[in-house]
Amino acid sequence: MKPVNECKMTLLSRSANEGFARVAVASFIAQLDPTIEEISDIKTAVSEAVTNCIVHAYRETVGKIYITVSIYDQRKIRIVIRDTGCGIADVRQAMEPLFTTAGGERAGLGFAVMESFMDKLQVRSKLGKGTTVILQKQLSLRAGGHA
Amino acid sequence: MPVRIETSGEVVTAYLSGELDHHAARGIREAIDAAVDRDMPTLLILDFGEVTFMDSSGIGLVMGRYRKLQQTGAELHVANTPPHIYKVMKLAGLEKLAKLEKGGERHETRQ
Repeated sequence: MKPVNECKMTLLSRSANEGFARVAVASFIAQLDPTIEEISDIKTAVSEAVTNCIVHAYRETVGKIYITVSIYDQRKIRIVIRDTGCGIADVRQAMEPLFTTAGGERAGLGFAVMESFMDKLQVRSKLGKGTTVILQKQLSLRAGGHA
Repeated sequence: MPVRIETSGEVVTAYLSGELDHHAARGIREAIDAAVDRDMPTLLILDFGEVTFMDSSGIGLVMGRYRKLQQTGAELHVANTPPHIYKVMKLAGLEKLAKLEKGGERHETRQ
């Protein structure tokens, strides 16, 4: 299916970019006039995915994070967040709530938040190659939307 | 993200504001831990009243402080949580670790 509108960006895995990434995605989606709760959910999910790239995929190194935001017919959105970092050995285990490899100050809830705040979460990963996270959400169908 | 810390008797209150993500969490954690080590409170209140954004890094911050306070047996309260932040905390089951108060409910030690 072809998107109605699309935005691509590439960021370095610097923690200062966490805020930029979620605000940039939210700004692009603003053209659909989402509710405050929808925007808040999307920002939180994007923040989790980008933080994972910084904390886990690239760890002590700096790499590139690729984000594609697509808007489809009927107010469907799809956000793809991809890195070429270390990859995840066991995706199912990584997605379990409270599982973390990062120690005491990380809650191990990143994927749980993404799953709960979006409609659909897909994670594809290959050790040594990187990880792709796909987030999807159907925005509420209400008057005033443009797509 | 700024944090303002006030100590009154045996109570340390940290007023958090702005965006609480992984980028901001380290500075906040260091400021709170320094106050806790210095003032040895019996109660730490984390006030989220002015927090505009929080992801699971905020959960990590609360859980980390809970663990730290366990060493001295001090209590942890989370106060004035705005609705979208309460949603993240609820998902994490934080009410099992700390007393959670939603925004609007004022803590008795607040002026």
